[in-house]
Amino acid sequence: MEVRKVEVPVMSDMFAKGERPEFLFWVGCAGAFDDRYQQVTRAFVKILTYLEISYAVLGKEESCTGDPARRAGNEMLYQMQALQNIAVFKTYGIRKIITICPHCYNIFKNEYPDLGSDIEVFNYLQFLDQCIVKGQLRIDPQALDNVSVTFHDPCYLGRANDIYFEPRSILKSLTANVVEMERHKSFALCCGAGGAQMFKEAEKGEKEVYIERTEEALRTNASVIATACPFCMTMLTDGIKYKNREEDVRNFDIAELIVQSLKI
Amino acid sequence: MVVKQLVFAITLLVTIGIFSFTISRFIRFFKFTRPAFPIRNFARRLWIMVDVAIGQTKIFRRPVIGFFHALVFWGFCIIAFGSIEMIVDGLWGTEHFLKFLGPVYSLTSASGDIFGLLVGLSILIFLSRRLFFHIKRFEGIEMKSVSHMDANLALSMILLLMVSLLGMNMAYYAGNIANEQTMTGVYPVSCLFAGILSGFSSSQIGMIYQTCWWSHILLIFIFANILPYSKHFHVFMSVPNVFLSRLYPLGKLPNMDNITREVKFMLDPNTPIEPPPAGLTTERFGIKDAEDISWKNYLDSLACTECGRCTSVCPANITGKRLSPRKIIMDVRARMKEKGPGMVKNGTAFSDHKSLLRDYISEEELWACTTCNACARECPININHPVLIVDMRRYLVMEEASAPGLIKGLFSNIENNGAPWQFSPDDRLLWAKNIEMNMN
Repeated sequence: MEVRKVEVPVMSDMFAKGERPEFLFWVGCAGAFDDRYQQVTRAFVKILTYLEISYAVLGKEESCTGDPARRAGNEMLYQMQALQNIAVFKTYGIRKIITICPHCYNIFKNEYPDLGSDIEVFNYLQFLDQCIVKGQLRIDPQALDNVSVTFHDPCYLGRANDIYFEPRSILKSLTANVVEMERHKSFALCCGAGGAQMFKEAEKGEKEVYIERTEEALRTNASVIATACPFCMTMLTDGIKYKNREEDVRNFDIAELIVQSLKI
Repeated sequence: MVVKQLVFAITLLVTIGIFSFTISRFIRFFKFTRPAFPIRNFARRLWIMVDVAIGQTKIFRRPVIGFFHALVFWGFCIIAFGSIEMIVDGLWGTEHFLKFLGPVYSLTSASGDIFGLLVGLSILIFLSRRLFFHIKRFEGIEMKSVSHMDANLALSMILLLMVSLLGMNMAYYAGNIANEQTMTGVYPVSCLFAGILSGFSSSQIGMIYQTCWWSHILLIFIFANILPYSKHFHVFMSVPNVFLSRLYPLGKLPNMDNITREVKFMLDPNTPIEPPPAGLTTERFGIKDAEDISWKNYLDSLACTECGRCTSVCPANITGKRLSPRKIIMDVRARMKEKGPGMVKNGTAFSDHKSLLRDYISEEELWACTTCNACARECPININHPVLIVDMRRYLVMEEASAPGLIKGLFSNIENNGAPWQFSPDDRLLWAKNIEMNMN
């Protein structure tokens, strides 16, 4: 088997060479900086390379979308970030953005247009599901067949944007053992990190939200808790640790599961 | 007969008079509210109304108890048809004015009669749930004893309405049988029970009919005038509230255009400053008190029937935090009720040295929200809680610079590094080093 080094194309370099990639892959702050979530970014880049997608990242020119600031009430800071990001998009004439992070996806899709952005926004799950349907991603159904998976719906994919079908469609092509938690799809319980909660201590209460949710996921007896959001990943990974189930339960992003299945 | 018509007309006038007075007060309060969104897209709004309000689709997210609510709602719509007829009959001295509708009348009278029983039984289930079972959804810090009384009073009145309706139909049926007259309308439920009245003479049955007729219509008049002061204002407000739903995806927060003007100028001082739209006064950022809320926030609060579905799915509430989305909505209504009259007299600058923020809703509650939108998704009448919560955070952050310490840290990280954590933008590509993949 041949091993190849993946070079991640950067928008400014491409632009200097006169190339215009079709997609901007928006990595997001967690994708760039979070140790665990960097694996997800790397997995997704492998899939993009496998699919021979024309894409680039912004690299050092990327900056927070402003989502946590906005949801914490700092509209001023959000709009500063947003208008600067939109200016960068304009500089490179970007027409299509693809994101992994549901918070980035939501803000680009629903909120940036109020500030003059008219870019087509794709969530990676919608994109990858289409690739599987079209037969471009040839999933090996044997690779993960003995793995049971439960999917935790991120609030900003599910309730915020009604994306419930694609993650399940992808998981079902990966394994026949997809089990649902009691609260799923539009009934799904939040991991506890949205609305800038990720960056603060929780208010006083009887329990942490992520523990409540992890317990629910563990009740399905699935060996993999699949997520599709960096914050959900942090919270549920912490939950699995808290419940001392690291030995038998793993938390993977759907992109990582696809990479495992493709063996790339 | 003329006396009866006259008494009826006066009663109706008094009812309408009191009702109009109440509504005019609400309208005056609405005048203080801020814009929320333009009301366009009538076709889509009508569809949402048919789907969510008439079709009760969101109430069916809890299928069993939702079914009984749907029965009550649909019954209410059918029975309202009969109530309108009673008002015409009362004014004109006619009997069953709508009988010219023929087979349609048979259908409406029969379904009204059947629904009378179904609604009555559903109300008995609701009342016993409230009185004899401990339902967690009906408890919480915001549910004071007056809230429970309010609910039980409304349910009892509906029960009496159904009893008087069925009594009326039974007496009508029995009276017609006794006098061997032809019957207008069909009464499949009442005819089964009309035998109870067989011991009475036909004039006594006539008396029973009149008593039930008057009690039913008077109960409607009284109920209509109690509702606007009760959480059961829901009966009038929920269908309009659904029609006036926010049509955006739940994930979208409203843009603050006044901030956009400032930020554009800050980023590029050469930007021509657009004049603020006419009528825009220097208002505070976000929501602190009753005068800052939008008409939709206030409408939401009037339409809320305190069912608690929002709170029962709130991750913060489930895990024992102080936040209860239902309380936030109830507080808006209570605060407007408290401050509204003062603002009517003295203008919006009026102060009673209290505010919605802190005197009603604490910072602890606001900061516990994860903006997961479970509450808004669950609300059977499309109330939106997170938009209101974020608007109150906006006041805290932008007017008072008040936020939990770590949130302030978050802001300065984003400002300085363009990331919520303390990492340098120069390190944004470290993940991209040494990625190797197998080529199959």
